[in-house]
Amino acid sequence: MLNKLVIENLKHRPVRTSLSIIAIGVEVTMMLTVVGLSHGMLEDSQRRARGAGADVWVRPPGSAAIGLSSAPMSEKILDYFRKQEHVALASGSVSHPIGGINTVTGLDLDEFTRMAGGLRYIEGGPFQGPDEIIVDERYARQNGVRAGDTMELLNRPWRVSGVMEAGKLARLIVPLRTLQDLTGNTGKLTQAYLKLDDPQNTDKVVANLKEKLKDYQIYSIEEFTSLFSPQNVPGLEAFIGVIIGLSVVVGFLVVFLSLYTAVLERTREIGILKSLGASPAYVLNVLLRETALLAVVGTALGILLTYGTRWAVMTFVPASLTQNIVPGWWPIAAAIALVGALLGAAYPGWKAANQDPIEALAYE
Amino acid sequence: MNSGAIISVRDLRKTFRVGDVDVHALRGVGMEIETGEFTAVVGPSGSGKSTMFHIIGGLTPATSGSVHIHGQDIAKMTDAERTRMRRTEVGFVFQKYNLLPTLTAADNIAIARHIARRPDALDGDFLNVLDLLGIAHRLHHKPRAMSGGEQQRVAIARAVVNSPSILLADEPTGNLDTRSSENVLTLLRDLNKRLGQTILMITHNPEAAAFADRIVHMRDGQIVVG
Repeated sequence: MLNKLVIENLKHRPVRTSLSIIAIGVEVTMMLTVVGLSHGMLEDSQRRARGAGADVWVRPPGSAAIGLSSAPMSEKILDYFRKQEHVALASGSVSHPIGGINTVTGLDLDEFTRMAGGLRYIEGGPFQGPDEIIVDERYARQNGVRAGDTMELLNRPWRVSGVMEAGKLARLIVPLRTLQDLTGNTGKLTQAYLKLDDPQNTDKVVANLKEKLKDYQIYSIEEFTSLFSPQNVPGLEAFIGVIIGLSVVVGFLVVFLSLYTAVLERTREIGILKSLGASPAYVLNVLLRETALLAVVGTALGILLTYGTRWAVMTFVPASLTQNIVPGWWPIAAAIALVGALLGAAYPGWKAANQDPIEALAYE
Repeated sequence: MNSGAIISVRDLRKTFRVGDVDVHALRGVGMEIETGEFTAVVGPSGSGKSTMFHIIGGLTPATSGSVHIHGQDIAKMTDAERTRMRRTEVGFVFQKYNLLPTLTAADNIAIARHIARRPDALDGDFLNVLDLLGIAHRLHHKPRAMSGGEQQRVAIARAVVNSPSILLADEPTGNLDTRSSENVLTLLRDLNKRLGQTILMITHNPEAAAFADRIVHMRDGQIVVG
């Protein structure tokens, strides 16, 4: 009976109920979208790192494992790596930031092809000259670029030689020498990739290199990709925390306002319940159930909306952002939305529960 | 206290503080109502009849004096005890019907049973009451789809669904036309005569009061004829 009263109360005021559900839905979507973006972008970075086909990843001393710092090291080090036991191939690249979190990567395409098996082209093909660029399909879709077009980057024009499948090391690839010279890194590399004779030897090679090159960042590919987590990206956890905090505040305020006005509007109905012998706990129970139902439906809507934001991200800015659906966060977002809503219901609920029945019945 | 009295009121006083002024709504009211009696309390606005109604119904505490219902002094009850008493001992009928607008007539009756922690199923006696009230065919309508007379009959059904000792009716015909008023008053009298329901009705209308067995007159917070 109580649930029927709760549902009928919510149905009786469809506009307010809908607005409350939408607001809670937006709150949940905010949380899930931020989490989905962080997961998606890190996973995309992982996928591209694996796409290099290397077994060992080396970054220069003083550099962060995940970061945009160029911190170059001499490309002569590749010869050193090639002489190491079990190292079959050694290659390197230069990364240069081009705004936001995007980079352009300079690559020796022949070496990379030997290491990773080459790029798969959707349009066009490899570089034919020093001023050519290969873009991945997401960048091409977001920026309307096709093979044969000319595009502007680093204050100069580039001819697009090919559009490749996404997931191979970088979104934008230019010839290694060109990018080294353009960015004042002639003869320098941002990172080196080692392909081993047998992946089983990875731990041995990593240990050996760490022993010899003490200040370098040397990782197996598994270790390197495992670093792509929110905990290892400076400020990301704090950012997610801030968004969640804001979401809770939004949910709290919406439910508070909604229920506060609902309690005022339903003063007489609360008086009726009290005249029938309803205790303060009974009245509070009605309001808390209404709140919980709003939070549950709002959460479901928020999850659905997250599919909408994912579609928008992947359709309009697939190169800049990648959003995952993270079902593991659904119960967390639901719990946060519920707590925010129940906090918002606390004062209106207390006010309703303690209303004087005579005053409530006299309310017009 | 008369041993046959279901309600016994002794020297009942109620003083409200309005701004800096004390308003004495009840100034030492005393009366007794027998089990199965249909009593009308008549008086002009401000005579204190509604205040007495609220105290007997356990909606508000008295300032002093005593109100015994079934021998229990509700003037000394806590809020929680008065809330419990409202579930089982008294049923209310109000001038404005006071049905929950979101629920059907049937659910308005059912929620009273739910609050009183009674089973959902209605007992045979109550089904007879529904027949008497003539609302069986309107139970699945919401209040907005019902006439004032129908709403008041649903309110009466809700008031008696838990078989309360006392039915308290506050101007039950105040919002009704003459014909509906007569129907409702006839129903109240039938409930009293056929089922022995004790009824205390507040009204300012002498014609409505004439349906009762006994009429108590109030003025300026006191009973003047009873």
